Amino acid sequence: MIELTDIRKAFNQGRENEFHALGGIDLQLPAQRVTALRGPSGSGKTTLLSIIGCLSRPTSGRVRLKGQDISGLPERFLTDIRRQTFGFVFQQFNLIKGLSALENVMLPAYPLGGDWRELHEKAQRLLGDLRLSHRREARVEWLSGGEQQRVAIARALINDPEIIIADEPTANLDTALSMEFMAILEKLSASGKTVILTSHDPLVVDSSIVHQVVDMRDGRVVRQDTTRNTMESPA
Amino acid sequence: MNAWIAKQQYLIDFTLSSLARRKAKNLGLLIVYTLIVFLLASVMLFTHALRHEAAHVLDGAPEVVLQRMVAGRHDLIPPGYLERLGRIRGVQNKEGRLWGYYYDPVVKANYTFMVPNREPVPAGTLVVGAALAKARGLAVGNVISFRSYSGKLFGFSVARILSPDTELVSADLVLLNEGDFRNFFEIAPGYFTDIALSVANPQEVRNVATKLAQQFPDSRPILRDEILRTYESIFNWREGIVLALASLAILAFAIFAWEKASGLSAEEKREIGILKAIGWETGDVIKMKFWEGALVSLAAFVFGYVLAYLHVFHTSAMLFTPVLKGWAVLYPHFDLPPVIDGFQVATLFFFTVFPYAAATLVPIWRAAITDPDSVMR
Ligand SMILES: Nc1ncnc2c1ncn2[C@@H]1O[C@H](COP(=O)(O)OP(=O)(O)OP(=O)(O)O)[C@@H](O)[C@H]1O
Ligand SMILES: [Mg+2]
Repeated sequence: MIELTDIRKAFNQGRENEFHALGGIDLQLPAQRVTALRGPSGSGKTTLLSIIGCLSRPTSGRVRLKGQDISGLPERFLTDIRRQTFGFVFQQFNLIKGLSALENVMLPAYPLGGDWRELHEKAQRLLGDLRLSHRREARVEWLSGGEQQRVAIARALINDPEIIIADEPTANLDTALSMEFMAILEKLSASGKTVILTSHDPLVVDSSIVHQVVDMRDGRVVRQDTTRNTMESPA
Repeated sequence: MNAWIAKQQYLIDFTLSSLARRKAKNLGLLIVYTLIVFLLASVMLFTHALRHEAAHVLDGAPEVVLQRMVAGRHDLIPPGYLERLGRIRGVQNKEGRLWGYYYDPVVKANYTFMVPNREPVPAGTLVVGAALAKARGLAVGNVISFRSYSGKLFGFSVARILSPDTELVSADLVLLNEGDFRNFFEIAPGYFTDIALSVANPQEVRNVATKLAQQFPDSRPILRDEILRTYESIFNWREGIVLALASLAILAFAIFAWEKASGLSAEEKREIGILKAIGWETGDVIKMKFWEGALVSLAAFVFGYVLAYLHVFHTSAMLFTPVLKGWAVLYPHFDLPPVIDGFQVATLFFFTVFPYAAATLVPIWRAAITDPDSVMR
């Protein structure tokens, strides 16, 4: 589904504080699988995830999405791809304060200009699936961390993306909530979504829900463990 | 097409809800902004209407007025002048006028006493201006007495009160009979205050003036066009004072707007990043943010202008009266007929709405074109 070839990323290029966050990454991310990027802090996980999710461009290297080279596309097309293909669950959740849970969920669909009633129903259904119906009119800043994350998940799903991207999804959650997140993840995976996440949380990376773990260090892939891919794709 | 319309609707909805979310900031901005527009628009509307009105008043005035000068001062026209005027080409009509000023210590104001050339006032009666009638509490039939400059007391009964429509001209006006006027000011028959000449062809006004100056070296012809120009310059000067004050206000506003606009708050920057990350196009984000600023400034413009209109034309510009008028005590209440100049509206719009919109756009554009990966941190 996603193929990365010799991806490099340099920050502050040409300046004194030039920094190479990624030093040539080759990676295959299969469709309908859960892949976890693991590695110490500063190893480049978030940077790589941003490139995969079209939030930023690599300094060099190729990104292929379903066979199409997208690394050279102009900003407009990247935005389209981002909206249609990816759903994001950010570590800080990144909900928009002052808006209700429901409005936050609907937000990514606004630029598509679909029918409001349909969109509204869909958002409510998603919140219902995540057991948040009773909180849908609440402003997001009044929600607990676990609730906020579920709103963020619902928002990631509103445009029916094929790929879910989650950066440290359990970093702000306690064990019980992390388990709950894993259960949601399992459902998403079972429904055919491709999931790419980063984590150092053993609860995530050691879980049987994760099909593939990619170990990173200093901007390089040091180990790609596909052997544990025992569980066949749950149909 | 439907999707496009729906998308615009979503954008507008979101813009409005964003405005509502930052109520305090936007309300503060709206108030300050409205105030500035109000002040500027008031000055513009007021001076424009005043100038318009003055020109309108002078429309009915004679083209040339001849005044006699003695030792550089305005003096009475002696008998015989009017007759000597006989045959100057281009002069259609000529008449001696009688008018003068009278200081009324009761209300501490100057009145203009005048003998009308048409519709003479019956002896012993007066026709008075509305403002004067109000100041002295006069009604038709009342008797009022004035002490003349020589100390004698004269009693008159009020025959009529002038309609308040013409107040700018007639507020302090007292019309009276020629005989009464001559007695009151002790002006012998045959003498006049000045001579009014009407000249039909505007091209001939200058010629007539030259001839008058030759024929009556002791007199001075005053042209209506010159009065008009003097009025203009007085208005311009007064307007200049107020505009100088207003420009200070604009400066303060510019600083305020720049501060508000150029520094997007961290929260706003973050929101822009989030919207982009979840699939909003840069153009959509800029449009939405632009409309936020534009709506505030448009609303302020409309509010400010409407308030200024009410201020100038319904409260008689009460805030400016001391600066802008100030040439008579008896004008507490004159209502200018509303005049709006499209060019002025456009100018005001351009200098208030436009800079703000532009100032807000730059930082938004800068925030919107950066990669949205910052939301990952
Ligand atoms: N915009 C930036 N400018 C400069 N350096 C950056 C920028 N973003 C990331 N870096 C650097 O790139 C390196 C990789 O960062 P990244 O956030 O990808 O690490 P990470 O593996 O996600 O770490 P963590 O586990 O702490 O989230 C870090 O050393 C970071 O300081
Ligand atoms: Mg990270």
